[in-house]
Amino acid sequence: MKTFSKLLGSVALLGASVAHAGELEVTHWWTSGGEAAAVSEFAKAFDATGNTWVDGAIAGSGGTARPIIISRILGGDPMGATQLNHGRQAEELIEAGLMTDLTELAEAEGWTDLVNPPALLDACTYEGRIYCVPVNIHSWQWLWLSHDAFAQIETPVPSNWTEFAAAAPKLEEAGIVPLAMGQQGWQQNGAFGVMTIAIAGLETWRKVVVDKNADAARGPEYAAVFEAAVDARNFASNSNVQDWNLATNMVITGKAGAQIMGDWAQGEFQMAGQVAGEDYTCLPGLGVNEILDTGGDAFYFPVIDDEETKKAQMALASTLISPEVQVSFNLKKGSLPVRGDVDLSAANDCMQKGLDILKAGGIMPSGDMNLTADTQTQIEDLMAEFWTSDMSAADAQERYADIIASAE
Amino acid sequence: MKRGPVMSSSNARRPSSLFRNLSAKLASIPMVLTALVVFVGGTAWTVVYSFTSSKLLPKANFVGLDQYERLWSTRRWLISIENLAVYGFFSMIFTLLIGFTLAALLDRKIRGEDVFRTIFLYPFALSFVVTGLAWQWILNPDLGVQNVVRSMGWESFTFNPLNDPDIVIYGILIAGLWQGTGLIMCIMLAGLRGIDQEIWKAARVDGIGTVKTYVRIVIPMMRPVFVTALVLIASGIIKIYDLVVAQTNGGPGISSEVPAKYVINYMFRAQNLGQGFAASTMMLLSVVIILIPWAYLEFGGKKRG
Amino acid sequence: MADVVTPRGPKPRPRFSRTNIMLYGTLIVVAAYYALPLYVMIVTSLKGMPEIRIGNIFAPPVEVTYEPWVKAWAEACTGINCEGLSRGFWNSVQILIPSVILSIAIASVNGYALANWKFKGSEVFFTILIVGAFIPYQVMIYPIVIILREMGLYGNIWGLVLVHTVFGMPILTLLFRNYFTSVPEELFKAARVDGAGFWGIYFRIMLPMSLPIFVVAIILQVTGIWNDFLFGVIYTKPADYPMTVQLNNIVNSVQGVKEYNVNMAATLLTGLVPLIIYFASGKLFVRGIAAGAVKG
Repeated sequence: MKTFSKLLGSVALLGASVAHAGELEVTHWWTSGGEAAAVSEFAKAFDATGNTWVDGAIAGSGGTARPIIISRILGGDPMGATQLNHGRQAEELIEAGLMTDLTELAEAEGWTDLVNPPALLDACTYEGRIYCVPVNIHSWQWLWLSHDAFAQIETPVPSNWTEFAAAAPKLEEAGIVPLAMGQQGWQQNGAFGVMTIAIAGLETWRKVVVDKNADAARGPEYAAVFEAAVDARNFASNSNVQDWNLATNMVITGKAGAQIMGDWAQGEFQMAGQVAGEDYTCLPGLGVNEILDTGGDAFYFPVIDDEETKKAQMALASTLISPEVQVSFNLKKGSLPVRGDVDLSAANDCMQKGLDILKAGGIMPSGDMNLTADTQTQIEDLMAEFWTSDMSAADAQERYADIIASAE
Repeated sequence: MKRGPVMSSSNARRPSSLFRNLSAKLASIPMVLTALVVFVGGTAWTVVYSFTSSKLLPKANFVGLDQYERLWSTRRWLISIENLAVYGFFSMIFTLLIGFTLAALLDRKIRGEDVFRTIFLYPFALSFVVTGLAWQWILNPDLGVQNVVRSMGWESFTFNPLNDPDIVIYGILIAGLWQGTGLIMCIMLAGLRGIDQEIWKAARVDGIGTVKTYVRIVIPMMRPVFVTALVLIASGIIKIYDLVVAQTNGGPGISSEVPAKYVINYMFRAQNLGQGFAASTMMLLSVVIILIPWAYLEFGGKKRG
Repeated sequence: MADVVTPRGPKPRPRFSRTNIMLYGTLIVVAAYYALPLYVMIVTSLKGMPEIRIGNIFAPPVEVTYEPWVKAWAEACTGINCEGLSRGFWNSVQILIPSVILSIAIASVNGYALANWKFKGSEVFFTILIVGAFIPYQVMIYPIVIILREMGLYGNIWGLVLVHTVFGMPILTLLFRNYFTSVPEELFKAARVDGAGFWGIYFRIMLPMSLPIFVVAIILQVTGIWNDFLFGVIYTKPADYPMTVQLNNIVNSVQGVKEYNVNMAATLLTGLVPLIIYFASGKLFVRGIAAGAVKG
């Protein structure tokens, strides 16, 4: 049958692109302004090695893009390289032998010594072999505050969640949406996760998410989180946007007071020409506890049976983690580099805060690494419903606990 | 449309062998493959694997009805079903009502019938994605209809279905009706044209009013047309997917989710194939429930040429 | 559907009767409602963003600009690809042409075989095919992924062409079968007597006299395949995305502020092909969709 398809293919090359040597199609879901700018840093650096970066951007969040990527790999039409969140999402693909083993390159370049925190590389490791390149550290635990909005109500910019909650009614009176929130499950779930760490604390979170302890999810700590989430839901009740970057834009333009969003929001502020500390403030850990999760993006290289392509794949893997690219990419992306030995003096206020926390060891594993896509989808669906309805805190908590109880 | 006249010529000689009619058999290979491999085989495969715990890859580890139990205890599925029921119910009623009314109006020897028909039907030529995006824009709360009415002085006017979980499905319904009613109108119009002119004369002689004639005499006579229209609407309703993806993408929250989207989502995004298969099997079941009575009515009851 | 075209409704009243005013009034109001979205799309696509922000969506543009159209066609971005919708357009064309040809070629021969060369079991396969038209696609999506993978066609345009051929088959076969059944039997018999075989009769007798039904089939397939979203998103890769999928991506990948004018220009561009076919083909289109409606 393979020959049949080759025949068909050669009969009608209706302009369909044929992979030339050194040409790699790279799929990713970085399509917002800041993200696209960061990606082109990768592309530039890779092209400079004599290869060609063929961009395969897939619009929408990871939720839209991931299935496309995975079904292509499973469908026997793999791309040269692809972004995927590391962690449990790729497990089955690796098991099925569909991902290229990068261990040799990693050993030659000494990744184990470079990558900090080491947990990032652990997430790429399956049965002792390395299958992905971590490219950045992303953390969810940030509250972005608009100086403009708080100037309008003549209130100092809050320095933690409690102060923000106290100022919220005043913002509302002034016709400002206190909390911008894109109405998509992953954003709502992300914000909820951030509030969990700030309110229930890391230990409780660990019991629930890592150990899947449903009793802990039913406990009083989580009850407090859900109560706070009800407040946040009220603050966000007039936020009519879907996409995260539109929500960020509300903060940028002073139409909203704040947004809970990962550090990638930084890129949007930068694109809008705003300066951290002057136009906006970022509070790690909602200003309560300075802990960042170390999720992030990684690139995987599906197995392709072609020597030239393999060479190009290794070249790309090496490029992605090289010091220069780590700096140029992460400055644009607003994320932190995965290696501790690069100079980031060019980083702004917010990134410096992040770097400091990282150095001080205030880190935690990310949810991606501990929950299957299935469980995450269930939680996201619950959150999506919770944030857009008047579901009570107790109901939401009970259903959350049920999902945790059935999680693998 | 069932029984075409059997060609006696091809049956005339009977060297009852495999090679008789060979060209026709060879030419039918694509059809046979499609019917057996894709339609029968594919469907059976999906149904069988809906009883497994397949995650990212299909694996034959059978877990009985687990996937179905989980499916029917998942809020998102229940919301999808509820949305489908609401959308289906109103879509059915309004499409038939509007479709028939427009057809009846057009059938009254009016001037410019072609122009009207062209306008009513053009949305059907558009893709659901185009329809969804157009209505998303019209229903935009800040710049669309709501804004226009407010700027005309009615400040408290609220019409923001796409951002209100309770009525979002009606926002989709508006778009769906806009696109689909033209087709039903066309089918109804063809049906009306098939009604004997004498009926109207007789009705007039008996002094029966126009509306009454439609309800009492014409509609009952058009039963087959209505059945066809119903089946068309119903099979379209179950498949609804693109429209929702383009217009709301299931939002706000999960309040405008539909079963077809649930299937795609669990098969590809949540990496839980078993769950996706179970949900698609339920979709299949609902089609079967609609199809069997129709097939019975259409083919079982009477034979028509 | 019967081909009787004269209206059969009750006799019309005098021209300016109350009923007539109500009749035309209703029709005009309804027609305005149906025409409105197209109108709104057009005027929005011709306005600049500032005008959209302050203005009324129903108001005609104060200052007409074609900028949004240029941007939608050639500059709109998904990711770092800023080639606009033109890429999707050409992809759609590349998908469309082989799909339409292949699906109609196969289905017309199928229909011909079913109508004139019945063999044992042919009706059974046909029944399966028609029932299959009602099965929700979702049930067959994954098995098809596997089939295409085994054939090595997954992710390229030919895989999608095959999918369109398969799912177009039930309705097209029905269309052609019914048409060929209506061809006078004598013609067929005479050709048989002359010694013409299966293909001979198909090419020399059936094809030349079935031009109208081919036109109907082409209209049906072109609009159907052009408007497809589901198969495009599942069975192709981003570089080969058809126009509908790319449209959804462009509108949903926002950079900073949503440019509604560009979005509407892009939406109109995507709708243009089926609209042109619709307005150009008139009654044939109606026949096509009346037949194709079964496809859903």
